[in-house]
Amino acid sequence: MKMRIPILKLKDCLIVSIQWELDDQTAISFQEDLLEKLHTTSARGVVIDLTPIDFIDSFIAKVLGDVINMSGLMGAKVVITGIQPAVAITLIELGIRLENVSTALDLENGLEKLERELEG
Amino acid sequence: MNIDSVDIVTEWDIVAARQLGRNEAKKVGFGTVDQARITTAISELARNIYLYTGKGNIAIKEVTEGNLKGLLVIASDEGPGIADVRRALEDGFTTSGGLGAGLPGVKRLMDDFKIETVVGEGTKISATKWLR
Repeated sequence: MKMRIPILKLKDCLIVSIQWELDDQTAISFQEDLLEKLHTTSARGVVIDLTPIDFIDSFIAKVLGDVINMSGLMGAKVVITGIQPAVAITLIELGIRLENVSTALDLENGLEKLERELEG
Repeated sequence: MNIDSVDIVTEWDIVAARQLGRNEAKKVGFGTVDQARITTAISELARNIYLYTGKGNIAIKEVTEGNLKGLLVIASDEGPGIADVRRALEDGFTTSGGLGAGLPGVKRLMDDFKIETVVGEGTKISATKWLR
């Protein structure tokens, strides 16, 4: 039942759309897959789109936070897009702060933001 | 009254428990934000069982009180119990290196929160969300 999240390359960015609820194993595989892909493609930025995701618990939040920091160590910037209102509310109520995380409303805005950050 | 429950032994059971919770929350008529709150709370409680106790159970039950309708989540285990409940309910307290957001987060997501624990015997946490 293990599934892998597809990681697409567009110019020098990677695009990830998380389409279903993440279980622990998928989340951890995703972490490794993304870093490996950064390494092999020399991409400079990543957009992770969470539009279809309707809840994030502390574990998934930690995996996301870690993968952002790990990507940073490898020299890539990450933008998270598409966080639903219900997800934003529950994350804050739960007490989780994704600090210093770059976010945008949707994929399009996220790519623009990433391009600006990579130029600047 | 509907009672459904999931035994928590493996990390897959965490997924099963929160899916059950979301389905029940939908059935009771909760909106998307409360569905997310309930699902997240169940995920945290199930993860606590998985991480700290090895084996336990998440039971989900529709409840009524007067005109109020709600969903009760009971997380029970026969683990080591919680020695210092007051501290476990403080923000930032963790014995696992910060993996879970802990009980204070669950308390904030739900409306009623009750914890019964006996060291060496286990813990039972009851949390209810009321439909507004």
